[in-house]
Amino acid sequence: MNNLLEVNNVVKKYRDFTALNNVSLHIPKGSVFGLLGPNGAGKTSLIRIINQITMPDSGSILLDGEALAPKHIAHIGYLPEERGLYKSMKVGEQVLYLAQLKGLSKSEARKRLKYWFEKFDISEWWGKKIEELSKGMAQKVQFIVTVLHQPKLLIFDEPFSGFDPINAQLIAKEILQLRDEGATIIFSTHRMESVEEMCDEIALIDRSNKILDGKLDDIKRNFRTHTFQVGLDTANAKEVKQKLKENFEVFPSNFKLLSDSLTLNVKLTEGNSANDLLSFLTSRGEVQHFVELIPSANEIFIQAVNKNSQKK
Amino acid sequence: MSKLKLIIQREFIAKVRNKSFIVMTFLSPLIMVGMGALIYFLTQKNEEKVKKIVYVDDSGMFLKEDFKDTKTTHYLDYTALGIAETKKRVEAGNYYGVLLIPQQDSLELLAKSIEFYSKDSPGMSLMNSLESKIESKIRNEKLNKFGIDIKKIKASRIHTDIKMFNFSGEESSKLINGLKIGVGLIAGYLLMMFVIIYGTSVMRSVIEEKTSRIIEIIVSSVKPFQLMLGKILGNASAGLLQFFIWGIILFVITTVASSMFGVDIVEMQTARVPVDQIDAVKQVTAGDKGAVVIQEILKLPILKIFVLFIFYFLGGFMLYSSLFAAIGAAVDNETDTQQFMLPIMLPLILGVYVGFATVINDPHGSIAVLFSHIPFTSPIVMLMRVPFGVSWYELVISMALLLVTFVLMVWLAAKIYRVGILMYGKKPTYKDLYTWLKYKG
Repeated sequence: MNNLLEVNNVVKKYRDFTALNNVSLHIPKGSVFGLLGPNGAGKTSLIRIINQITMPDSGSILLDGEALAPKHIAHIGYLPEERGLYKSMKVGEQVLYLAQLKGLSKSEARKRLKYWFEKFDISEWWGKKIEELSKGMAQKVQFIVTVLHQPKLLIFDEPFSGFDPINAQLIAKEILQLRDEGATIIFSTHRMESVEEMCDEIALIDRSNKILDGKLDDIKRNFRTHTFQVGLDTANAKEVKQKLKENFEVFPSNFKLLSDSLTLNVKLTEGNSANDLLSFLTSRGEVQHFVELIPSANEIFIQAVNKNSQKK
Repeated sequence: MSKLKLIIQREFIAKVRNKSFIVMTFLSPLIMVGMGALIYFLTQKNEEKVKKIVYVDDSGMFLKEDFKDTKTTHYLDYTALGIAETKKRVEAGNYYGVLLIPQQDSLELLAKSIEFYSKDSPGMSLMNSLESKIESKIRNEKLNKFGIDIKKIKASRIHTDIKMFNFSGEESSKLINGLKIGVGLIAGYLLMMFVIIYGTSVMRSVIEEKTSRIIEIIVSSVKPFQLMLGKILGNASAGLLQFFIWGIILFVITTVASSMFGVDIVEMQTARVPVDQIDAVKQVTAGDKGAVVIQEILKLPILKIFVLFIFYFLGGFMLYSSLFAAIGAAVDNETDTQQFMLPIMLPLILGVYVGFATVINDPHGSIAVLFSHIPFTSPIVMLMRVPFGVSWYELVISMALLLVTFVLMVWLAAKIYRVGILMYGKKPTYKDLYTWLKYKG
């Protein structure tokens, strides 16, 4: 069993509105899986189904090879996008309560809680009420609530929102460590830079349909345009540009180099290789800069969504 | 099951720790007793001022002993001064009013021509007492004219007191009937207050979970139905606790009060008995009277009332609080609850009014019986009837109907609750609620 979670042909409708249209996902064990998509695409509907908050109209979901059942609640940790805790309840009592609802015994919960509180250096918050904490502090507590019962599957919906860069970094580190300890993580976000940092695989959902999924590297390979950003120190910039246009597609580029060089984006055309381009450039001057433009997750996201909307 | 226990526990503790609960529980009985004492004190004070009433008797028929002074009223005979002078003096001086009894040819005419002047319009009780004094004097005069011996009439006067029993041999009395009405009405009213107070508390707690967004975490751990049920049961336990504490406080206060003010309580009782019965009541000395009240209270089926109060409180509370929970789930904030509250409050208020109106007249009348079986009013109306004795089969039917309805209502409310807790934004309409009922999964 390589996949911890399998979502097979899930359909969810609310009256006339289809929230999920035949969506399938395969989430490998021990990976960080990015669940991406614009607002209202159906991510939350899918997450709620995985959490058994709602039921799919059709389709099946397998956790570790077993059909999803109430007993699996203890194996799933969920950090919703809209955070919330009981405002007038004390931090310690609250986390203990929520952990017990997830099936932990009180003594075990207390033990693990001590570990996390010491780790985050927040032991003195135990007797404070949530309403006395800042937003970022409450987020930390919420993170602990999500992971305390050591679930196999962790679902983080926009985990970094509300954190300052330092705490966001801390949380990112914790998430990756949880993965290294064997947890599987579903990571839903709009922040594409964190996708690049964290995700092994992604799936893109747009307007109730999955439009893209797979390993991030593979997807990037599929989306590569074979365009290179080049910087050339040459005396004869005009002529070089002219010559390049005969064999390649040339676009202006405005990145800065330290020397006063010719900077261009060059796309390989049919029958050309990167080496052909490089050898041409070296013959004309000193190559200062030569980098393939790899599409960022952000660009892939925008491209895929735009393509999907043109289809409609 | 253990999750449900956890939820009940949390809800109970959250409620009981709340300052308003503590204040309500310990302060309100004291406030109620304080209010009672204050009202009693004020009425006493109100009557304490001595009224000086002057009479001018031109008929020469009335004697000093016909106008006996009481604690609050003194009578003065100014006949010698004449009407005009008396009026002047009364108006100028510190007198309450003047009673003019003119000289007339016949007693009939006299009865119609007596006048009373005062600065302020006099109270009903004063006028009643003046009228009865004059009536009895004139009646006696007439009897004399007819040649009837008044002493014989007095001697012939007899008081009957029909002793009332039910078929199980328990003796009852007018006094106990009053007590039954009192106990029944208080129980019914208290139940309504409990349902409203704790029902809104359930509703608030649902709204709080929704607005604080913790709901999504909770429902990823437990079923919404469990959460709703836990919330209802937790609040019900807090309600019962409050009720028990009140019971204990009430017991302590009455014990202390009756030992301290025993006589006062009796005086309050006699003051309210209509004039006709005064003679009868006077036959019993004050001390005996207190004992009678306590005896009569003890004769009430207190345990039965207590047990039924708890049953009907739980039944009625579950029925209504599930609706309150559904409302809380449907809206985003408390101001939006109003349009949904009315249909819930209506049957509760109806229950209390129907109870007040019908049970006092005839606790076993058809309307009272009907409303003590309709589950939305039965907790209130049945409780009001219980002190008068309700046959066991009526109780069983009423309780069974309540049970069935509350299970049905909890089931329906849970459907609305389940959908509503995850819905934000637009305030739902009744039509929306109906479609939520039909959602599956």
